[in-house]
Amino acid sequence: MNFLDYTLEELHEKLVNKEVTAVDLVEASYKRIEETDESIGAFLGLNKEEALKTARETDERGIDPSNILSGLPIGIKDNIMTKDVTTTAASKMLEDFVPVYDATVIEKLKEVGMITIGKLNMDEFAMGGSTENSAFKLTRNPWDLNKVPGGSSGGSAAAVAAGQVPVSLGSDTGGSVREPAAFTGLVGVKPTYGRVSRYGLIAFGSSLDQIGPFTRTVKDNALVLNAISGHDSRDSTSYQGETPDFTEGIDNGVKGLRIGVPKEYYNEDAKEDGVIKAVREALDLYEKLGAEIVEVSLPHSKYGIPAYYIIASSEASSNLQRFDGIRYGYRSENVESLEDIYVKSRSEGFGLEVKRRIMLGTFSLSSGFYDAHFKKAAQARTLIRNDFDKVFKEVDVLVAPTTTTTAFEIGGKIDDPLAMYMSDILTVPVNLAGVPSLSVPCGFSNDMPVGMQIISKHFDEQMMYRVAYAFEKETDHLSRKPSLKGGE
Amino acid sequence: MAINEETVKQVAKLAKLEIEENDIHKFTTEIDSIIDMVEQLEGLDTEGVEGTYHGISHHNVWREDKAEKGTDKEALFKNVKTRKNGYIEVPAMFDNGGSEA
Repeated sequence: MNFLDYTLEELHEKLVNKEVTAVDLVEASYKRIEETDESIGAFLGLNKEEALKTARETDERGIDPSNILSGLPIGIKDNIMTKDVTTTAASKMLEDFVPVYDATVIEKLKEVGMITIGKLNMDEFAMGGSTENSAFKLTRNPWDLNKVPGGSSGGSAAAVAAGQVPVSLGSDTGGSVREPAAFTGLVGVKPTYGRVSRYGLIAFGSSLDQIGPFTRTVKDNALVLNAISGHDSRDSTSYQGETPDFTEGIDNGVKGLRIGVPKEYYNEDAKEDGVIKAVREALDLYEKLGAEIVEVSLPHSKYGIPAYYIIASSEASSNLQRFDGIRYGYRSENVESLEDIYVKSRSEGFGLEVKRRIMLGTFSLSSGFYDAHFKKAAQARTLIRNDFDKVFKEVDVLVAPTTTTTAFEIGGKIDDPLAMYMSDILTVPVNLAGVPSLSVPCGFSNDMPVGMQIISKHFDEQMMYRVAYAFEKETDHLSRKPSLKGGE
Repeated sequence: MAINEETVKQVAKLAKLEIEENDIHKFTTEIDSIIDMVEQLEGLDTEGVEGTYHGISHHNVWREDKAEKGTDKEALFKNVKTRKNGYIEVPAMFDNGGSEA
């Protein structure tokens, strides 16, 4: 049983036809992890006993033919609370933290009968673009073990790409689902802000964070988003409107649709021209399929990175104040006073990148800099959002590269925080605007996968999935499988 | 330089972090280059533009004011390092220098 050979619907069919059992799937997942995770490093912790127990119960109860996700294994990013299963956010600060409740998305996955296999590596507190900021381990890209899987949801991406699980959840504050999806040849989605409850997601930038699925196919992704979406009284920022079926109309094609090409996202002098080349070929295909390609402008895009790093870091500096060494989390041994508990626990418990962001955020919010930094960034955010509102009056979706390059070498950017921040240049405006975006594999450059992002209007994920599906159906990128080997 | 080592020390104090003396120079250089980058925003005309502070615009959310059972107290103590008589135990606050805050 190799998850790389099947869609979720096909796995479901096998369960219904009794060709396999839920126990078989869970065992196949752990077997694959045992065989491959020493070299990949995707998982921080496994949930073996409970997963097998749940699988046995599922088999005894029988698979509900109308519930596609029941009995299927899933991996969870380690910043999403799982009751009684250690949840660390890949930080020394939470190394032994055991949640006493499930995140809403976990409750919802349990309702549809999905089985949590384990917790996945990430950049500490979701801050980073390579998963190298994990306090515990390195995760490697299944397409080339010398390269990063992207981040911050690098473990979630690598686990699906390596066939350890058929699907995983990540979180995306500035590109943390889409960038690793692009780097590992997967479909990754950042839903509209508010679509998925953030209750039980360890907070980073609360006005930006969204949980989203990693899958191999577009339709699989829509099926999982169906399961985790919806209003939640425990997250007052969750959307109160209807949750449609995201697979509805997915096969309607692109004939007659207007696809916007934001010129600011196509830097033709980019270091790696294979990326834009692959996306341009995809645009040609869309044109052949009957879509109209329209060049548009998002003139404030260049302010995305500075605005994002101020806003996300400011929110993080506030959110991470809760880690005070008192109620939970790491407490320094080396304390003589209450002040020591705070300062020493935080200084020893947080890694370097987390400290940098807390410092930048605290600085941006401090009196004297608030107007020039935080307020200015919030105003830039309005202008960026207005850019999107304006172009969406003319086009149905925007199509652009997800990243400027394919996956980079491990160690390539880790000593240069600014270079690492710049990797998010094409993904952060989406979070600032709150619109949904999907990254879909669209080809290869230097033998590494290239991702193309499809951005749609607020709460119009159906359109995003439809446009992605039309592309996937006409192409064959899925037939190529990762090597699980190092470079040459 | 947008900031110097003194500013970094001051911000660290506000953030309840301690930067080791050996690292302060490197840290200052890094934060300074990040601040340089974010200050590109100075070039943007934001006269009369309202700031956006939320993910989506929304109105206040109300719920019924009815009592519900919260999380079990013992469960909440599961992640506490030291406890005494039903409280979280911490070092004495006043005898040993105390908080500067």
